[in-house]
Amino acid sequence: MHVLIILIEILVLFAVIMLHVAYATYFERKIIGHMQVRMGPMRIGWHGLLQPIADGIKSFFKEDIVPEQADVVTFRAAPIICLTAMLTSLAVLPFAKGWVLANINIGLLFLFAMSSLSSYGVILAGWASNSKYTFLGGLRSMAQVISYEVAMGLSLVGVMMLSGTLNLTKIVEVQGGSFGGMYIFPQIIAFFVFFIAMLAETNRVPFDLPEAETELVSGYATEYSGMRYAIFFMAEYIGMMVMASIGTICFLGGWNGPFEVTIFPPFWFVVKVYAFMFVFIWIRATLPRYRYDQLMTIGWKLLIPLALGNIVLTGFIKAFTG
Amino acid sequence: MFTYLFFLYCAVMIVGTGLLAVTMRNPVHSVLMVLILFFHMAGLYLILGAEFIAAVQIIVYAGAILVLYLFVLFLVSLRDEVKMDRFVTSAWLGRIISVGIGVSLIAMLPAFILGQKGHWPMDAVIKATNTKALGIEMYTTYIFPFEIAGLILLIAVIGGLVLARHDTPTTIEKS
Repeated sequence: MHVLIILIEILVLFAVIMLHVAYATYFERKIIGHMQVRMGPMRIGWHGLLQPIADGIKSFFKEDIVPEQADVVTFRAAPIICLTAMLTSLAVLPFAKGWVLANINIGLLFLFAMSSLSSYGVILAGWASNSKYTFLGGLRSMAQVISYEVAMGLSLVGVMMLSGTLNLTKIVEVQGGSFGGMYIFPQIIAFFVFFIAMLAETNRVPFDLPEAETELVSGYATEYSGMRYAIFFMAEYIGMMVMASIGTICFLGGWNGPFEVTIFPPFWFVVKVYAFMFVFIWIRATLPRYRYDQLMTIGWKLLIPLALGNIVLTGFIKAFTG
Repeated sequence: MFTYLFFLYCAVMIVGTGLLAVTMRNPVHSVLMVLILFFHMAGLYLILGAEFIAAVQIIVYAGAILVLYLFVLFLVSLRDEVKMDRFVTSAWLGRIISVGIGVSLIAMLPAFILGQKGHWPMDAVIKATNTKALGIEMYTTYIFPFEIAGLILLIAVIGGLVLARHDTPTTIEKS
């Protein structure tokens, strides 16, 4: 019986997340459209509301092409690795008090583990397609993920030190319901580092070098078509949501808000996550792409020293104030 | 019962993927097999209640070190298979030696005895969470070995920097 309830919960979460992914693309196209003084999708449904569903059906029925020289097994497995890793990390996110599938003690580390696993999907896709563009995309992604994962992990160490736990639910509870309790204030340096590393981890503009359209066609996903290409897209959008959730949980006080919404407890969580998503899209509509050496310089010479300094500073403050 | 089955599954997968990793022709496929192996090793740590070690196993080994291996494989890009001269010329002699090593390793198994019970029985570890128990032990009882390990790593990092730095004559002249 217990197993059945968990299965139903998983199914509900899966359905909600898939809907979220579909409408996140709509959200993005509309916002970028309006920022560039266009309308965005308008044709299907009222103001293009059914556009994501039409896109989904279209990509589902498209022909699935596997290049002749590709390494077939790896080529097919790569998008699945990406999506599975991202979906698995959803299991430990607390959306509201008690609204979590697996309340484990190493929640934060689990998220890191899964995000590093999802980079394998990108790397293998680049290698297995057997094409220059995808290969370069894969290599770039590999270097980027290694560099920025270090910065991101170190930036969250400050949060771990302040809260004294790796359990995501407890991290939110330690921050409490008050505005000043949010870790963004004592950990402002960490938040800065985390935010930039988050953009780089999800391969978003201005760090979208692995899929730089103007130079690498579509980077690691160039040889993919139909549903497999759509799976990469889903993984990217779930990845954005997971990163936004980590930011919300660790820095913005999770599901706590100015007042409680009893009908829908995760209300404030969703609001904060969507605020993050909006900033993601805002940045995409505004900034140009960094050069590759600039990306590496920012990662190794700015973010990692800042994050390390933040750990030392937090340690001192914690030691003196107790 | 479930733990036992899970252990059997992990053990079989570790041995199987380990064998595949050394026998597969394509080096990238071998690395992938090692990746699966690391995940099942993390599974074994979970059975032992060491969730922190399991997470670190995946983050460090699967997430960082294997990616670096892949990086090297991609950059080197071996087109032809590397053929080496046999170390032991006779194939049968090699088989006898390897079977002998295998048998002697298995024969060592009965010598395995459980260690003394320390301050941290299983219940205490679960109550305090594995991460906290590990941290407390490492930073109090074993602080000296921990610092030595840190020093060795620091020396390795500096050594790596010195080896990787190429001071070409032109740059020296400029400076």
